[in-house]
Amino acid sequence: MSMTFKKLSRPFFAIVTFMLLAAQPVLFAQEPTEQPDSTHQEVEKEKFNAGEMIIHHISDAHEIHLFGDVAIYLPVILYTDNGLKIFSSSHFYHNEKGFVNHEGEKDSYYEYDGLVMHHEHIYAAANGGGLSFDTETGEVNNASVLDFSITKTVAGMLLTCVILLLIFGSVARGYKKRKGSAPKGLQSFMEPLILFIRDEVAIPSIGAKKADRFMPFLLSTFFFIWIANILGLIPFIGGFNITGTLSVTLVLALIVFIITTFSGNKHYWGHILWPPGVPLPIKIILIPIEFAGIFIKPLVLMIRLTANITAGHIIILAFVSLVLIFGEMSATAGYGVGIGSILFMVFMFFLELLVAFLQAYVFTLLAALYFGDATQEAHH
Amino acid sequence: MELLNILLQVASNAGLAGIGAGLAAIGAGLGIGKIGASALESMARQPEATGDIRASMIIAAALIEGVALFGVIVCLLVVL
Repeated sequence: MSMTFKKLSRPFFAIVTFMLLAAQPVLFAQEPTEQPDSTHQEVEKEKFNAGEMIIHHISDAHEIHLFGDVAIYLPVILYTDNGLKIFSSSHFYHNEKGFVNHEGEKDSYYEYDGLVMHHEHIYAAANGGGLSFDTETGEVNNASVLDFSITKTVAGMLLTCVILLLIFGSVARGYKKRKGSAPKGLQSFMEPLILFIRDEVAIPSIGAKKADRFMPFLLSTFFFIWIANILGLIPFIGGFNITGTLSVTLVLALIVFIITTFSGNKHYWGHILWPPGVPLPIKIILIPIEFAGIFIKPLVLMIRLTANITAGHIIILAFVSLVLIFGEMSATAGYGVGIGSILFMVFMFFLELLVAFLQAYVFTLLAALYFGDATQEAHH
Repeated sequence: MELLNILLQVASNAGLAGIGAGLAAIGAGLGIGKIGASALESMARQPEATGDIRASMIIAAALIEGVALFGVIVCLLVVL
């Protein structure tokens, strides 16, 4: 027992000592160490702002920024007062103009062709050119422009759709070719998943008779959300955040709401507007709750998916920021913290892989439950 | 004076949002802890139902986590 303790404690003490040594420059940071050199003003590096970096990686962008100066510039499609404008976003990103915003902080915007882009919002340029904002509240005064651009999230969704078409196209062709015989290749990988959705999600919730009506939607939703979640986890391809944006999940939840409402039968509406099996006073209380529930249930679906995926991304980005914050203080502190941070990050990535599947499954399961509710038969 | 300064900082939006997010995390921890405890207990009582219990536990945990993350999102919206 004592031997293993000695073996385990040696690297532990080594790491702790290393990190304490790395913190030495920080502990003595009170004393002024820089020379009175006027030229070091020009090489001014911006201090690392963790919150800004995290928000930037969570939000949408008009380019897919890979690393350094390399980016995939996506098309900007606008409908302005001067008609339709389509151009590459590289015109924006290569034309940056700095300014000081209403809080006295340095900020920047991009300008091109009578248009101004500030924090990924595109406006028409003000009369004097550039961005005009209220000096007290910081609100931008420029006229808005209808933005139909292919942004990073849209490109991510298109990529997800392409992946879905490739996978399921090949699976469908395989079934057609090998009619009646055993599945081969990609088919044999997808078949358990598809049967899982049918047998464990759709049929228990909706019933064997009507499950087939809703299977296409349930399958599409499940695999779209799963692949979109996974796409958001792949590093180095630009950091997609497809299902973490409220707009995408809003549309998914809206479709669930529309299908539920339009396939609701007499029993469904009866149960909502006149709940059976409860005494009258409780019925009166229950009716507004059930009615609000029609809208709240899809809303909750939307927020659950967005919050889970975004929270996962923020945690991973926070670990990265931790390394960068310590790295600013001293390079060795950065490396020291980096070891622990990267281990936690890898653990979080595995957790997020689980969450990617789980959130897709929960969304599909709840959608199936709502459909089952809507098409319920009399069973009292 | 120091205490008043600290209280003033906490009472600002960002401080309260931080406390709110922490409370949401406590709620999630309590809820999922209870699920885990009862799931383990029932798996011990009836080992042949382990698969079903495990699946139900994970689904319930995901739903509760969803609720906790509503709180986190609201706090995030306060700060932004």
